[in-house]
Amino acid sequence: MRDTPLSNCERDFLLKAIEEKKRLDGRQTYDYRSIKISFGTDYGCCFVDLGKTRIMAQVSCELITPKENRPNEGIMFFNIELSPMASPAFEMGRQSELLVKLNRQLERCLRNSKCIDTESLCVVSGEKVWQIRVDVHLLNHDGNLMDAASIAAITALCHFRRPDVGIQGEEVTVYSTEERDPIPLSIYHMPICVSFSFFQQGTYLLVDPCEREERVMDGLLMIAMNKHREICSIQSSGGIMLLKDQVLRCSKIASVKVSEVTELINKALENDKKARKTGGKFGFAESLPQERITALKTEVSPVEMTDVKEKANEIVQRADILPQTVPSPVLTAPGTGQEEEGEEEETMELEEGHEEKGRGNVVVISDSDSEEEDVVILNQVTTKETKGASTSNQQGAVASKQQKKRRK
Amino acid sequence: MGELQRVYFRFCCFFLVFLCHIYCFPYQKCTFTDMLSCFKDKVGDVLLPGDVFSFQMPESITDSKPEKVVCGPGLRRNGDEVLVCKSGILRHKQPNLYWIDSQQRRYVPGKGESVIGIITAKSGDIFKVDVGGSEQASLSYLAFEGATKRNRPNVQVGDLVYSQFIIANKDMEPELVCIDSCGRANGMGVFGAGGLLFKVSLGLVRRLLAPQSEIAKDLEKMFPFEIVVGMNGRVWVKSKTIQQTLIVANLLESCENMTAQQRQTLFRRVADGSI
Repeated sequence: MRDTPLSNCERDFLLKAIEEKKRLDGRQTYDYRSIKISFGTDYGCCFVDLGKTRIMAQVSCELITPKENRPNEGIMFFNIELSPMASPAFEMGRQSELLVKLNRQLERCLRNSKCIDTESLCVVSGEKVWQIRVDVHLLNHDGNLMDAASIAAITALCHFRRPDVGIQGEEVTVYSTEERDPIPLSIYHMPICVSFSFFQQGTYLLVDPCEREERVMDGLLMIAMNKHREICSIQSSGGIMLLKDQVLRCSKIASVKVSEVTELINKALENDKKARKTGGKFGFAESLPQERITALKTEVSPVEMTDVKEKANEIVQRADILPQTVPSPVLTAPGTGQEEEGEEEETMELEEGHEEKGRGNVVVISDSDSEEEDVVILNQVTTKETKGASTSNQQGAVASKQQKKRRK
Repeated sequence: MGELQRVYFRFCCFFLVFLCHIYCFPYQKCTFTDMLSCFKDKVGDVLLPGDVFSFQMPESITDSKPEKVVCGPGLRRNGDEVLVCKSGILRHKQPNLYWIDSQQRRYVPGKGESVIGIITAKSGDIFKVDVGGSEQASLSYLAFEGATKRNRPNVQVGDLVYSQFIIANKDMEPELVCIDSCGRANGMGVFGAGGLLFKVSLGLVRRLLAPQSEIAKDLEKMFPFEIVVGMNGRVWVKSKTIQQTLIVANLLESCENMTAQQRQTLFRRVADGSI
C-alpha cells in the first residue's frame, strides 16, 4: 500500500501558511499538541497520545549473563517497531531509513545518557544480570515520532517494577510477584526529546511538527534534555545550516517544554500509583472513554442562545397569570403537585404516581439546606407518552437542568 | 423548556424504536407484495449485513403487477432475494430506487464519479494519478480539452486534477478523463495554484454534494470561497486569505459528526469571532 503523495498545492499552501505563522490546526509556533499518558494493567506498559500520534511502550526483564568487558552492569535493550497500522508507508519486516534513525536516536537518548543505574541491575557479578528490554510500538503516525517515543519509553521505565532478588551466600532466589513486591528501577533523570522542524533554509521554526508539516520541512533538530537543563543528545538532520544563536534559542525552548512534560509524566505516574493502591480500576481498558450508545445520557451540547430572551419573555407573557398565592398550599389529592409552565417554581413531590398536564415533565426538588443543589428525579409516565418516556424524561430533565443553569 | 424536551423525547423514541427493529426482525420471508411493503417500511431504518428480504413470487400473480425494485449501493440481488451487504440506513428515491447510506473513509472507484486526483508520474502517453483507491488510475494525455498529439496539456507531477472515471471495476485498472462525452472540459481539468487540499469521510462528501445541502448553505454565509469536492473524500478549498482557508478546512473536518443544530451554533460562533 503506497502512501498518498503530497501535492504541489498542499506544499505551497503549507509553506505560505508557515510564513504567515499559521499552522494547520491553529497552534502557535511553540505549542505542543495535547499529550495524554495512560498505563496498562501490567507494570511497564504505557500508551502515549501526542495529538493523533499514538505510541505504546512495554518494558520487560530477563536474567542473562553480562557482557565480558562489563561484568557487573545490567543491559538495556531498545527496540522501536513501525507497525503498518500506523501509516500506509510502513511495511512489515522491512528496515526503512526512518526506523534505523529512530532506533539510533532512542538508544543515544536513553542509554548514553545513563539515565538508568545499570549497576543496580547486577545480581551476581560476571554471571547473572538483568536485561531490561524496552519495546516501543508505533500505533498511529501523525508526525513527531521521536518525541512521543522518548516520552513513552521513559514513562514505561519509570512505571516498571522488576522482580525482587534475594541472595544467601551462593544461593540466589528470584521472588515472584506474589511472594514479594516487585521493586522499581533506579532512574537518575528523565531525558525527553524535543523536535524542531525548520523551513525555508532555517528561516522558520516549528515545534512538534505534524505529519504534513514534516513532509515539507527542510531539516529537523532533535534535542534530548532533562528537567535539570542538562542536554543528553542533540541531532540535526536534513543538512540545513543553523546559526549558533538559533541552536541556543532552541535549547532554551526545549528546557521549558521538557519541564512541562516531566511534570505531566510525574502526575500520570502519581495517579496510576494512587489508583492501584486504593484498589480502583486501572489499566488501559479503564482509561478509554466510555463510548457506549446510551439513551440515558446526553452530552453537553451548545444551545442556540441568540433570541433566548425574546422567546422566554414571549412564553412568560403567554402563560396564564398566577392564581392568588395562598398561605398554605392546597393539595388536591394526597401526594400530587402542579407545575406552571415557564416559571421556575419548585414543588415537593411525595409520590411518583401522578399525572402532569402537558409536556413540562420535570420537577426540581431542592434540598432543604442549600439552594444550589438541584436534585432531579424521574417522573412517572403520562398518558400520551409510552415506552420511551422515562428515558426521555431523564434526558429532558438533564436538559432542562442545564437550561436552568444557563439562565441563572 | 417544553420544546427542547419534546425534541429530546422524540429523539429517544425514534432511537428506541429502531433499536427494536435491529434486534427483532433480522429475517423476513413473505409474499411479494407483503415483502415489498415490509421493505418499504424499512426505509429510514438501520440495516445490517446479513439482513435478507426474500421476494418469492406467489403462484397467482395475476392480480398485482410485479413492481420493479432497483438495488443501489449496499444492496445485492441473489436470485429472488435482496441481501444487505453494508450496514447503514435504507434510503428510497422515487419511483423504485433503494440503497444503503453507509459511512466509510476508504474510497472504491466507481464509474462516472468525479474525483480529485494527484498526478504521481508521467509515463509514455499517460499520467498516473493517485485517487485514494487501491490502485493508481491512468489518465491519457489526450483526455483534456483541446489536447492533440502536438499540443500536450501543461500538467506536472504533483498537480491536482478534477476528473471522471470512465472505467472503474474490480478487474481492470481504473481510467480517468478530463472531458465529457462531447469533448468539452465542463469544469474538469488541472487546478490552478493556491488553495488547500484535505480529506474527509465519504459520507460528508455526499452530504456536501447533495442538491439541497445544508452544510454548503451554512458555509456560504460565512465568507466567499471556492470549493471543489471530489467523491473520493478529497476537498479543495481556496479563499482570499490563508486564515479563512484554514477556518473553512477545519470547520468541514469537524462538522462530520455534528447534528445540524450543533453545526449551526459552531458556524455562528466562528463567524462572530472572526468578523
